[in-house]
Amino acid sequence: MWNELFPNVVWDKIWAATMETLYMTAISVIATFVLGILLGLLLFLTSKGNIWENRFINGVIASFVNIFRSIPFIILIILLIPFTKLVVGTILGANAALPALIIGAAPFYARMVEIALREIDKGVIEAAKAMGATTSTIIWKVLLPEALPALVSGITVTAIALVGYTAMAGVVGAGGLGNLAYLEGFQRNNNDVTFVATVLILIIVFIIQFIGDFVTSKIDKR
Amino acid sequence: MITLSNVTKVYKAASGNVTAVDHVNLHIEQGEIFGIIGYSGAGKSSLIRLLNGLEKPTSGEVIVDGKDMGKISGKQLRQARQQIGMIFQHFNLLWSRTVRENIAFPLEIAGVQKEERMKRVDELIQLVGLQGRENAYPSQLSGGQKQRVGIARALANNPKVLLCDEATSALDPQTTDSILDLLVDINKRLGLTIVLITHEMHVIRKICDRVAVMENGKIVEMGEVLHVFRKPEQPITKRFVQQVTEPEETKEAMLHLLERYPNGQVVQLTFVGEAAEQPLITQLIRQFDLYVNILQGKISQTHHGSYGVLFIHLDGANEEIERALAFIRQQEVEVEVLANVE
Ligand SMILES: Nc1ncnc2c1ncn2[C@@H]1O[C@H](COP(=O)(O)OP(=O)(O)OP(=O)(O)O)[C@@H](O)[C@H]1O
Ligand SMILES: [Mg+2]
Repeated sequence: MWNELFPNVVWDKIWAATMETLYMTAISVIATFVLGILLGLLLFLTSKGNIWENRFINGVIASFVNIFRSIPFIILIILLIPFTKLVVGTILGANAALPALIIGAAPFYARMVEIALREIDKGVIEAAKAMGATTSTIIWKVLLPEALPALVSGITVTAIALVGYTAMAGVVGAGGLGNLAYLEGFQRNNNDVTFVATVLILIIVFIIQFIGDFVTSKIDKR
Repeated sequence: MITLSNVTKVYKAASGNVTAVDHVNLHIEQGEIFGIIGYSGAGKSSLIRLLNGLEKPTSGEVIVDGKDMGKISGKQLRQARQQIGMIFQHFNLLWSRTVRENIAFPLEIAGVQKEERMKRVDELIQLVGLQGRENAYPSQLSGGQKQRVGIARALANNPKVLLCDEATSALDPQTTDSILDLLVDINKRLGLTIVLITHEMHVIRKICDRVAVMENGKIVEMGEVLHVFRKPEQPITKRFVQQVTEPEETKEAMLHLLERYPNGQVVQLTFVGEAAEQPLITQLIRQFDLYVNILQGKISQTHHGSYGVLFIHLDGANEEIERALAFIRQQEVEVEVLANVE
C-alpha cells in the first residue's frame, strides 16, 4: 500500500536523509547551546553594572552577535563557503553544513541567554555576593540554575529554527531531508517525496517542541 | 564591633552626583540591636551596604569586626562577608532551590563538607521554625516563611553581625511581629550584633536598643530608643515618634476637645519605663480636688520598657491644677500643657 501511495519514495534514502537531518540538528544544537551560553554570559557579565563591566568587550561581542544574527541564513552559507572548505575540507555533506548552522544559530541563542540572565533578580546576585561567593560560584550556582528554564525554552526555539536551517542547507548540498525534498522531490517533480520529507521534518519539530516544553515545566519552580 | 568614621558615599551619575551618605560617624557595640530609620532616599540602604562592602565608601573608614571593609578586596573581602549575614526586603532567595538548598548555599560557599552542611541546615531549620517545609520551593512559601529562610541562610556561617535591609517592610503587621520576635530571640541566644534599617518606627520601638535617624545622608539624631522616644529633638524624629505614639488624627481631635472643655486644662503626659505602670490617675483623683477626664491614651512597649502617652483634662480651681501638675512632674512624667482655655 505504501508503495502505491508513494511510488517515487525510496525508503532507504528517506531513512538516511532523516538520520542526516537529525545528526546535523543534534551536533549544531549542542554546539549552539555551549557557544550561545558562553557568549550570552559574556554579554551579560560585561554589561553595565555587572561583575565584569567592560564597555569595549561588551561592544565587540554585541556587534558580532548582531551582525551574524542579521545575515539571512542562506547568504551566510554562501559567505562561509571558503571558511567551511578550510575547516571541513568540503562544502558537500552533513558536516559541511555545521559551521554555517552553528555560526548562524549561536548569536541568536546568545541573545536569548543574555535576556534570560537579565531576567534574574539583581537582588539574588547581590545576596550571593553578600555571602562571599566568587564569580564562578555566582555563574554556576546562581546565574545558570536560576535561568535554566529560560535557557531550555530558548534552546528549544533555537533547535526548531535549526531544523529549518538544515533544510535550507540541504538545498545547497548539505544532505538531509531538505536536500532530498529539493533534489528528488521538487526538481524531479516527485511530489510524494517532497510530502514525506515535509511530514518527517514536522514530526521532528513537534518532538523537539514536546521535549522542550516537558523539560521546561519540570525544572521551572517559579 | 562596627565603627564608621566620617564616612561619605557619593554616586556619580550623568544627572549629577548624589551624596547618599554624608559624613557619618557611628559606633555599634557587640550584641547590640541598632536601628537606622529614615524616609525613602535618606541613604539607609547605601549605609548598610557599606558595612559588607557591597558599596565602597568615597571617603572615610568602615571598620567591621576589626576589618576595613572599604579597603579589603578579593579573598579577604569574601571571607569577611561570610562573617556578616544579610537579609533583604524582598528575601532574594534562589527560586530554583528548595528551603534546605537555599539555607545550604552559604555553607557551600564557605566550603563546608556535605555531612556537616546537612546537620547545620537541620539546626537552622529548627532555629527559625520551618520544620516540615524543608523541601518546599520559595514560590510555595508565604512572605514570613520566605524571610525565615532568609534569616536561616544569613545565620548559616555563624556570623558576628546581621544586617537587615527593610527586612519586614514587605510583610503584614502580624508577620512583622513574629519576624521581629525571632530577631530578638537570635540576638539573645547567639549574642549577635544586629543592624537594621527601616522606615517604620514600630520596628525600632519593638526591638532596638539604640536608634539613629537619617535624613539626606546625615545622621541627625542618635541615642537610646527610650530616650529618643521621650525627648525627640529634630522635627523628623518627632514625626517618627508620633508614628507609634499618636494616631494621625490626634492633634485635630485634641483641638476639637479643647473646644468641648472650655474650663480647666488639657495636658499631655508622657510616661517612660516604671512610671508608665504607676497608678498616677488614681493618685491625682484621691489627693487633689479635681475632676480628671481621660481623653485619650496609648502605651507602647519598647525593648527597654514601656512608653506611654496620655491626654487628660483637669478641671478645678487654678491653684489646685498647678499643685497637681507639680505633683505629676515629681513622678518622672513629662507634662505638656496643650492649651489653657480660659
Ligand atoms: N547605585 C546608585 N547609583 C546612583 N545613585 C544611587 C545608587 N544607589 C542609591 N542612589 C541614590 O542615593 C540616594 C540614597 O539611596 P538609598 O537607596 O541608600 O536610600 P534608602 O534610604 O535606602 O531609601 P529606600 O527607603 O527607598 O530604600 C538616593 O537618592 C538614590 O537615588
Ligand atoms: Mg533602601
